[in-house]
Amino acid sequence: MNHLENQNTDTEGINGSQLKDSALSNLKYGIVGIFFGIIFVKAEIISWYRIQEMFQLQSFFMYGVIGSAVVVGIISVQLIKRFNIKTIQGEKIEIQPKTFNKGQIYGGLMFGFGWVLTGACPGPLFAQIGTVVTVIVVTLVSAIAGTWFYGLIKDKLPH
Amino acid sequence: MSIIEILREPWPWYVSGPLIGLTVPVLLLIGNKSFGISSSLRHICAACIPANISFFKYDWKKESWNLFFVFGIFLGGVIAAYFLSNPNPVEITAKLSAQLATYGITDRSGLMPKELFSWESLMTLRGFIMIVVGGFLVGFGTRYAGGCTSGHAIMGISNLQWPSLVATICFMIGGFFMANLILPYILSL
Repeated sequence: MNHLENQNTDTEGINGSQLKDSALSNLKYGIVGIFFGIIFVKAEIISWYRIQEMFQLQSFFMYGVIGSAVVVGIISVQLIKRFNIKTIQGEKIEIQPKTFNKGQIYGGLMFGFGWVLTGACPGPLFAQIGTVVTVIVVTLVSAIAGTWFYGLIKDKLPH
Repeated sequence: MSIIEILREPWPWYVSGPLIGLTVPVLLLIGNKSFGISSSLRHICAACIPANISFFKYDWKKESWNLFFVFGIFLGGVIAAYFLSNPNPVEITAKLSAQLATYGITDRSGLMPKELFSWESLMTLRGFIMIVVGGFLVGFGTRYAGGCTSGHAIMGISNLQWPSLVATICFMIGGFFMANLILPYILSL
């Protein structure tokens, strides 16, 4: 594939397009992000309480959100593949496969711990800051530090 | 009720969930982008502090759409907080409310408990663990796992990738373990 060398184990959020995005064309992702941020807040997915209720099996809410999102996602991706739907620029849609490595287990467990503590996955972090809980900037900086530290010691970790 | 009043209420899961799911085809159709958010943290590292680490040596500018996307999420948070915020206290289950009260967490005015997520709290051991250690685990864990709730649980499973299902199950196991077995000790600090 492309420019991200040693990327083959980590294809999250990847740009499958061979076209170059101008700043102007990137703006459309900002607009999608705005809608997304509003949904995060109004569905209270960014709420620390909702995460606790989910993991203490006190509420169906988060299971409903994630479950219905996955169902809509599966149907959409299968329709795109089945009918070979192209992007609005006319490109063939490329989705990189995920390859298994042990990181999905160890890293997955670690993220689960952090998710409960902060009440946020990475997306809601940005929305939480937007709702003027300013101390979450510290959580974000710490998450960036965690990502950086992973990059630093990546080759010494079991994968 | 006016539309604004309806929008100010918390939205039910069967509205929010499908809208989140639709992000997957929207990002694919408008520019061949696979939904994923934690990768933005990597791009920030690559852009600001690459430090000659091979994991951060790539053309992050090609992925800058992801940074526009997360900046949009931040702005969405601002818009929702200023124009669409729910004037009522956050509703939580009676059981959770009673549990948290035993740790002195009783402020229900926002979506995050102020006793835990505030600058004053950051200076306490409890707050430090929740905010700083928690954030570090999110950043380290998502990159080690190669994705987060969006990249694995939603995008990966949508594309029927079994490694993403494994990752999602591990997110959940980690979450259950922390919420039920460890967090009570941290909250009582």
